[in-house]
Amino acid sequence: MSPLLEARQLEFHRYGNPVFRPVDVALEAGRAIVLTGPNGVGKTTLLRLLAGILAPVSGTLRHNARVAFVGHLPAVKGDLTCRENLDYERRVGPPGIALAEALAQVGLAGLGSRPSRALSAGQKRRLGLARLLVRKTPIWLLDEPYASLDDAGCTGVDTLINRHLADGGGVVLATHQRHPRVEPGLLDNIVLEVGVVEESQ
Amino acid sequence: MIGTGSATALFRRDMKLAFRRLGESLLPLFFLFTVIVLIPLGVGPGPTLLARMAPGMVWVAALLASLLALEHLFRPDLEDGTLEQWFVGEHSVYRRVLARLFSHWLITGLPVIVFSPLAAEMLHLPRHALGTLIVSLLIGTPALSLLGGLAAALTLSTRGASVLLSILIFPLIVPLVIFATGAVSMAADSLDPSAHLGLLAAFTILSLTLAPIGIAAALRMNLE
Repeated sequence: MSPLLEARQLEFHRYGNPVFRPVDVALEAGRAIVLTGPNGVGKTTLLRLLAGILAPVSGTLRHNARVAFVGHLPAVKGDLTCRENLDYERRVGPPGIALAEALAQVGLAGLGSRPSRALSAGQKRRLGLARLLVRKTPIWLLDEPYASLDDAGCTGVDTLINRHLADGGGVVLATHQRHPRVEPGLLDNIVLEVGVVEESQ
Repeated sequence: MIGTGSATALFRRDMKLAFRRLGESLLPLFFLFTVIVLIPLGVGPGPTLLARMAPGMVWVAALLASLLALEHLFRPDLEDGTLEQWFVGEHSVYRRVLARLFSHWLITGLPVIVFSPLAAEMLHLPRHALGTLIVSLLIGTPALSLLGGLAAALTLSTRGASVLLSILIFPLIVPLVIFATGAVSMAADSLDPSAHLGLLAAFTILSLTLAPIGIAAALRMNLE
């Protein structure tokens, strides 16, 4: 079976310099890939490349399934309620689970009619993760999914990831705080290395 | 198929957001009335003078209404992260751009068109020129949204963008206003305005073909 997501020799340049050494990524169904490396090595950049937001300087990228991306920004509208934000998301893609169910799974049960502007940073983060559930997207690209979440929230993210892998999905996540608690056999690690920086002069 | 779904979903959400900020959304109409009420007070209520100025005044009001909302066309989406989601996966950015511009036109262009008969009456525009005024607005205001959208996308991550925006958009919009007001003035003088309207339509069709592609490319550039 072909992998969900396949990238060969991806490269991206910033200010004329390569951000990281060319990377190969092959995400199989039911597996998770963790991107690690020091700050500024380009974990976010690689995830944005894999999502299709950035265009690579060289290399090829192929999605064999739908992609969802949760970045640093929660991608929700503050003027809309939690429910309305998720409703939009559900209309975009092939619909996944029901809105109330998704809110309950990320620990926001009962907050559906609250404007998302009134949520705390952690709650916004949770709402951003709920976006993953209301659409059927086999490929999840998560940028620091544990950021600004409490312990229960982090465990919740692990639960979501495990359930997604069991359903035949794949996850690529960037993290430097904590590794997802996933069956070790299902977890791959890509360590990014800084690209060769050419000194101008 | 999915591309259409995502554009429709975006359009629905934009409309919902517009109704939630009704005060902001009604600003274009307020502009139209300010221009139409204040200018006669300034230049005097003489019907012949006002009738000569009417096409230009309605069109300037339409232009200002459109410009006013440009600053917020893509910026809130850039700031809350919804813009980068447009580019995730294989959804059509082109269709989403069109959906966004259509909602911009519904909020800034359509109200001006709907109330233009009232404005024409208040400014003593000859009744037989009213049809041409409405047709020129119907054909021309979408181009305002399209060209304005291009300028807004190009200046998205620039500081002090509003100044740059107006400078960028100005030369693009001059021909539009000349053809449109020319057509209405000719109709008021009982001449055939179809040549002017034809040029106006050509202008709009050209911007409809090219602007969304440019906007999509400019938006992606701003996400780097």
